[in-house]
Amino acid sequence: MAIREDVLVVGGGIAGATAALAAAESGATVRLLSHKKSTLRQASGLVDVLGAVGGDGSTGGDGSAAGGPKLIADPFEALDRLPDSHPYRVVGADAIRDGLGLFDEAVGDAYAGEHTDRNALVLTHGGTIKPTARYPESVAPGLASSEEDTLLVGFAGLTDFDAPTAAAHLEATDVPFAIDGVTVTFPVKFRDDALTTRFAKALDTDESSARKRLADAVRDAAADLDDYERVGFPAMLGDDAGREVRAELADRLGATVFQIPTGPPSLLGMQLEDLLLDALDDAGIRLASGNPAVGYEASDGRVESVLVDRRGREVPYAAEEFVLATGGLVGKGIDSDREAVTEPIFDCHVPHPTDRYDWSEPEAFGDHAFARFGVVPDDDLRPTDGSGATEFGNLRAAGGVLGGADTAREKSAAGVSLATGAYAGRRAGEEAMR
Amino acid sequence: MSDAENPPTTEPIDPAVRDGPSGADFEPVSVFGDDATMDLRPGADNCYKCSVCDTVCPVAEVDDDFPGPKFQGPEQWRLKRKEGSEIDDSIMSCSNCMRCDDACPSSVPLSQMHNTARGEYVDEQMNKLSVEYVRNRILANYRTSAWFASKVPRLANAVMRFGPTRWVMEKAMGVTSEREFPAFATQTFREWWRERGGADASRRNAREARERRGDPVDADKKVAYFHGCYSNYNTPEVAKALVHVFESFGYELVAPEQRCSGTPMFANGMLDDAERAAEVNVSSFADLVEEGYDAVASCTSCSMALRQEYPELFDIEGIEDVAENTFEALEYLRIQEDLEGAIANASVEEQAFAYHAPCHARNQGLDRQALELFRELDGVAMEDVGDSCSGISGTYGWKEEKYETSMKIGEDMFEHMHDAAGDVGMTECPTCAMQMEHGTGYEIKHPLQLLEEALC
Repeated sequence: MAIREDVLVVGGGIAGATAALAAAESGATVRLLSHKKSTLRQASGLVDVLGAVGGDGSTGGDGSAAGGPKLIADPFEALDRLPDSHPYRVVGADAIRDGLGLFDEAVGDAYAGEHTDRNALVLTHGGTIKPTARYPESVAPGLASSEEDTLLVGFAGLTDFDAPTAAAHLEATDVPFAIDGVTVTFPVKFRDDALTTRFAKALDTDESSARKRLADAVRDAAADLDDYERVGFPAMLGDDAGREVRAELADRLGATVFQIPTGPPSLLGMQLEDLLLDALDDAGIRLASGNPAVGYEASDGRVESVLVDRRGREVPYAAEEFVLATGGLVGKGIDSDREAVTEPIFDCHVPHPTDRYDWSEPEAFGDHAFARFGVVPDDDLRPTDGSGATEFGNLRAAGGVLGGADTAREKSAAGVSLATGAYAGRRAGEEAMR
Repeated sequence: MSDAENPPTTEPIDPAVRDGPSGADFEPVSVFGDDATMDLRPGADNCYKCSVCDTVCPVAEVDDDFPGPKFQGPEQWRLKRKEGSEIDDSIMSCSNCMRCDDACPSSVPLSQMHNTARGEYVDEQMNKLSVEYVRNRILANYRTSAWFASKVPRLANAVMRFGPTRWVMEKAMGVTSEREFPAFATQTFREWWRERGGADASRRNAREARERRGDPVDADKKVAYFHGCYSNYNTPEVAKALVHVFESFGYELVAPEQRCSGTPMFANGMLDDAERAAEVNVSSFADLVEEGYDAVASCTSCSMALRQEYPELFDIEGIEDVAENTFEALEYLRIQEDLEGAIANASVEEQAFAYHAPCHARNQGLDRQALELFRELDGVAMEDVGDSCSGISGTYGWKEEKYETSMKIGEDMFEHMHDAAGDVGMTECPTCAMQMEHGTGYEIKHPLQLLEEALC
């Protein structure tokens, strides 16, 4: 086997990247394998650690309705309210801090929030408030905790974000400031289904004086712009020249300008992906992307290589230690059909009810069993089999592939990835260098 | 995911199997009465409209009128179920870079859908007497022109550099006069190969190398080289480098009969031409694969075609065997040999390269290998010029009406090349190399040439 490193991480999302960065700090050679562009492009770009816990399991997943999980102010104080099987309970608060530390170092000043353990409250494009631990610096001026009167601006034809509706929603949640929404026509005409990236590019390059004309349009649409201390736009205010675009708009509008995270394809998610890739490069981590991992070779209870399918031929990638960070049901690290729920690469045990009608609840935001599907780790994050025995001595799991957390309801997806990625990566690095 | 009990595959379906006794099984596509030889319905159903494909499309990025891959693939597929509906002519603006395949989180076979839609458009809607059709056919069948030119390379080079010829070509044929035509080599690779003694000479060289390396003399190290058209007619130095490098590792080579890989034909919707070429290639390589040979290609678009497009689009005997046993040259050595070790012990004169990963290398997961490898080579500085597309996409950038789009796409890459320390470019793809040279004036090398310098 010619392709060999000390540590092989399978999966290119936040968990995989964090595991690779942590492993590389031990001095080990590290390779990160990924199949496709990661699901970060679908993600908001926010990094939640823990936004809500508890509840009696009935509906109300947005945290406000009765019976659902309750919003929390400090993730670290709420850890002991999580079930024992939760990944946070396995790795502990130190791993969360370690993961956040690796993240802060990787993204530098592109993100804010590291000054406190407490959750920040970010306005979402749906007009709700989301507790989160780290947020892009362009989002920072828009926090709900800052009592500044706010104007939200949407673009006509951009169906993802309706500013007047979002503003009305936020007003109904009793935010401590006045909030209004207006819709303007973006000054450059695009095709009807233009992407966020197209808007961003027009502002980056100031195409047809887009910046000035956008500011003029906002001024025309708002009854009295002087009433507002800050103006929020959907997160498409430039990409490469984002800071410059926001500064110019702020100058022209006479108010602070901030971005509101959007749905896919999310510019903030793509920017986070780029930041993480740069960090991996700087750490000398090798990357192989484009082909799926499909199997493994093992002997004496240890994984020897992961098999990568390159269109029919399986190529072994060998290492001393392995981290499985392939994601959950969306990232395809956990697979399901009508009969069973499986982990497709190592066929690790994934507990689930035999009757598939017990996998979900009738309510869309209910307390679904499927949300917690995933591999069951031992106290060293190594997946276990049905009897609780460790599957392989040198395989650890991180991120969405781990079961036990309903990350959507808890608002903990990125945090679980960071904490378990950091733990699994450090342990893999340590063991490989022994 | 389709709600069918057994979701159909996107592989070409053998009509006998499809319509045979098992045809009584529930098959959802049958409600559309689709007579095509493959079922792309699961592809359309798997699309959940996240639009990530559109964000990576280099054409959509510079051309606001181009409805990106999501439309060209799943949406157009669905629209054309309706009787009397036509394929939108924007399909001809897709450059077939296949980046959308790599971006889709839901395994929609986008490029396969684009290739079939384009083939259908060209077959059924394009005027066969139009200048565009004739021009595309000539561009797609580059090998035929190159074969003629290679008989009189000096004359061909002189004619192709002659201003008035190019003026006429642009005005009458729509081939841009902005580009410098690639020079034809005075001796093709195959002429050199024959003169050198063909497979017999290679066997001798390989055996000597094995002895030197301490490998068993009868080691089973046999590869069949798919050199493609460009390294045969235009850059035989790349093909020769491959031969030297592989022989130095003890591999004996054969250079079997071959046609164009089909890449330019797919991109121009000439699927019949592509299938004819594929039949020749598959038949000649399938026999060798059966004898224990692996196929290697030096051009990443050629290896892409043999691996992915052939089995996706055609039903030819032996096609799966050829696809499974085809490799890009560097990839093959990385899998089979301790290339890293060999490189660590080697050194070359100081040089710095601006490396560009071709889109088709990216799609095979090969976009980082040259960087990774040569970073360990003493004397060499490698710099990645970013993940943008070069913009030429084979014949695309040669079309007069696409030239501007092509150069706009390439802008990012040119800029990064200028910023990079090196003033020699490096890439695996011959047309990316053309574009890199055209946009910067740099000399462009293939990784195999550097490997040859380091190891041979």
